Amino acid sequence: MDLATIIEAVVKVLIVLGFVLMGVPLIVWMERKVLGHMQDRIGPERVGPFGLLQTIADGMKLFFKEDMLPAQADKVVFFLAPGLSIVTALVAATVVPWGDTVTLFGREIGLRITDVNIALLFLLGTTSMGVYGIVLGGWASNSKYPLLGGLRSSAQMISYELAQGISLVPIVMITGSLSLSQIGRAQESMWFVVPQFFAFVIFVICAVAETNRAPFDLAEAETELVAGFHTEFSSMKFALYFLSEYANMMVVAGVAITCFLGAWHGPGPIPGVLWFLIKLSLFLFFFIWLRATFPRLRYDQLMGFGWKVLLPASLLNMAVTAVVLVMKG
Amino acid sequence: MVQELMKGLSITLSHFFKKPVTLKYPEVRMPMYPRYRGLHELHRYANGLERCVCCGLCAAVCPADAIYMEAAENSGTERYSAGERYAKRYEIDMLRCIFCGYCEEACPEDAIFLGHNYELADVSRDAFVYSKEQLLVPLGTTHSPGIVRGR
Repeated sequence: MDLATIIEAVVKVLIVLGFVLMGVPLIVWMERKVLGHMQDRIGPERVGPFGLLQTIADGMKLFFKEDMLPAQADKVVFFLAPGLSIVTALVAATVVPWGDTVTLFGREIGLRITDVNIALLFLLGTTSMGVYGIVLGGWASNSKYPLLGGLRSSAQMISYELAQGISLVPIVMITGSLSLSQIGRAQESMWFVVPQFFAFVIFVICAVAETNRAPFDLAEAETELVAGFHTEFSSMKFALYFLSEYANMMVVAGVAITCFLGAWHGPGPIPGVLWFLIKLSLFLFFFIWLRATFPRLRYDQLMGFGWKVLLPASLLNMAVTAVVLVMKG
Repeated sequence: MVQELMKGLSITLSHFFKKPVTLKYPEVRMPMYPRYRGLHELHRYANGLERCVCCGLCAAVCPADAIYMEAAENSGTERYSAGERYAKRYEIDMLRCIFCGYCEEACPEDAIFLGHNYELADVSRDAFVYSKEQLLVPLGTTHSPGIVRGR
């Protein structure tokens, strides 16, 4: 490995890391703003222009908060769990391509940190690791509500992961590749959301459940579980959970865009990276829109929906796709 | 089911484009109803004399027992009110006051009225006992603008 490769890798890592970590405050701001307007309110508008610095102020406040440790808590796991949560989210972001290749200084640079040929598998693997952060955090708190929240999220994430994984299989069958950049390139002429609309719907529903967002935010469920798995976490530990939730949203939106919404492709002279960003923000808006609209599901409804509707539907979709592909030759 | 979900989404989206109802409070305020009952004020005659003659009816009628007053006689050299007596001390404990407006109804001289100031927050309990000087409208005015006299 020569020096240029190392520099390239480091720069790309810094870009993605910076984008995710800087993007989170923006998303939180957008969420509060959008939620506010959907409820006929204004949302934050006092700190900075349009309230843009509100999240930064909140983050600074969290830095200075007392870091509390519940009595009888499992200290090691309690410290590790939030870190695990954010690490899995950031690791998953490494394989999401945000553009095709560009030529800079005579080098061909792929716009993603790494182009693994099993990127999709890697991604599903790392995102499902995220449940450990939540479950262990809930367990280590040695408190009732976090435990219940952690248990719920594990059951929820495992059951929705299946449908999510299977909904992506038709994409792999069409492109014949697990590499996200290959999948992205295959959508030059047609976005996969057109032939695979049902898979897209299933994927989006599962994505909302995977990221523990309303209406599937059973793991947090303020109304019944105080704050769910992160009830006992304060200060920067809480901030890390918060960060990882929004980083996960970004990753999952990135995957949805890469697999279904034409990755970085788009009409007009707008560069691919910009297209990706536009789609990303629209997708995140959709996430927030869902939160503003739907009430939280009951727990048994959530499990029933996952196992009895989404899983069979995704299996059926996969089978139909397979038959069609074989018939086409 | 899909139809209902879409309906819900369309409702929230339509609200997203509506004008928010939030009032940016310290800069923008709600229009005040003329008969709003806020902090009391003691009115004056046009010649600057106080209307209050310290009869004590407001203190008697006050259900919260929030009004305290001490009377004194007007003399030829020192004249405060139009009648014989005037209020040497006149205090209202705004922590006790329930803003019922009975004092204003009981007042035979139309001296006390509930005004429009509702920003009564303060940092010490003592600060909530308003003295006569704080309650009296400034010299040269008879009452605050916006208040309906003789209601």
